Amino acid sequence: MSSLTAEIDRLSLVIEIGGMPVRIHTTDPDFLEMLQARYTGFVRDSEHPEIEFDVELDKPGFNGGDAPVEVHLRHGRWSLQRGDFLAEWEPAYRHGWIRQTANPYSIDAVLRIVHSLVLAREGGFLLHSASAIRNGRAFLFAGVSGAGKTTISRLVPPDATLLTDEISYVCRRNDGYFAHGTPFTGELARLGENVSAPIAALYLLAQGPENRIDPVSPADAARSLLANILFFAEDEPLVQAVFQSAFEFVSRVPVARLTFMPDSRVWELIR
Amino acid sequence: MSKLFVARNPRVAARSLDGEMMLMSARDSTLFTLNKTATIIWQSADGNTPLDEIVHTRICAEFEVEPTEALHDAETLARELASHDILQLSEEPIPQTGGSR
Repeated sequence: MSSLTAEIDRLSLVIEIGGMPVRIHTTDPDFLEMLQARYTGFVRDSEHPEIEFDVELDKPGFNGGDAPVEVHLRHGRWSLQRGDFLAEWEPAYRHGWIRQTANPYSIDAVLRIVHSLVLAREGGFLLHSASAIRNGRAFLFAGVSGAGKTTISRLVPPDATLLTDEISYVCRRNDGYFAHGTPFTGELARLGENVSAPIAALYLLAQGPENRIDPVSPADAARSLLANILFFAEDEPLVQAVFQSAFEFVSRVPVARLTFMPDSRVWELIR
Repeated sequence: MSKLFVARNPRVAARSLDGEMMLMSARDSTLFTLNKTATIIWQSADGNTPLDEIVHTRICAEFEVEPTEALHDAETLARELASHDILQLSEEPIPQTGGSR
């Protein structure tokens, strides 16, 4: 019996993002090894995961096409699907399953969706932005593809810590907002550090002929923030929650436009 | 010519900031920012007031616009918002079950 237990233990790992441990169970040692490599720095020893997922691997070639993400809640059970995966998750039981092929992208998408759902209930969100910690404070850099997230991440100075070059993890706590590192990478393909810090500012990125910071109106701030929040669920209460969270965020966190040239001097403005 | 009644969908997230009305569809999380005339239509869409009356008493009274053109633009906007479940449209008054925002 003990050998059976040991065997099961070996075929699972805990991925902790934003302080939330999620245990992944699989029967495929190669897949487990791939996850350990993919989530280096985010794999934790945890006896008490918040959520557990059983991964059922399909044979290579399983592909549901290019179907977009669909996320629904029915009878207390979240249904997540895209062309390359199917998944369900029951929050009440802290348990779910994922069906996919042995690739790192599908489970990455499931984790993003699950975290976005958990954060939405707690006043936080995932944001399409780079983020970094400097002098104990976190700075977020939001923008669509091409706005400069990768560039500003590549220019992060040695005294700053990159949290992500693509998707920031924003948590609401009683005393403000915190940014956590994520393994969700963009063009830079460099995992963030698994640390967190209070958010000092959100910068809306624009590339230009000089480095400067300009104020933006609260309405512009809210509109830009909402445009960059990642949210996938067709669920009225959570959409309402995310919507209100964005306004709460801009009422508490300074938001400004950061115009920058692609060289390291831009970081002289960010302290 | 039949009347067109418009009502806010109470399931839509809405908030005004600095006089700018922002809405988010609960169906697909699409974000809408309304201009001044669209905001007037949204705020006046109580389900009981016909759209032509909203245009006549609120929009034409406030802006220098030709009534027929204003009504045409208002109907186009209302139908677009209705296509995203932001507004409800009917040729009859629409009972409201949720509160306005």
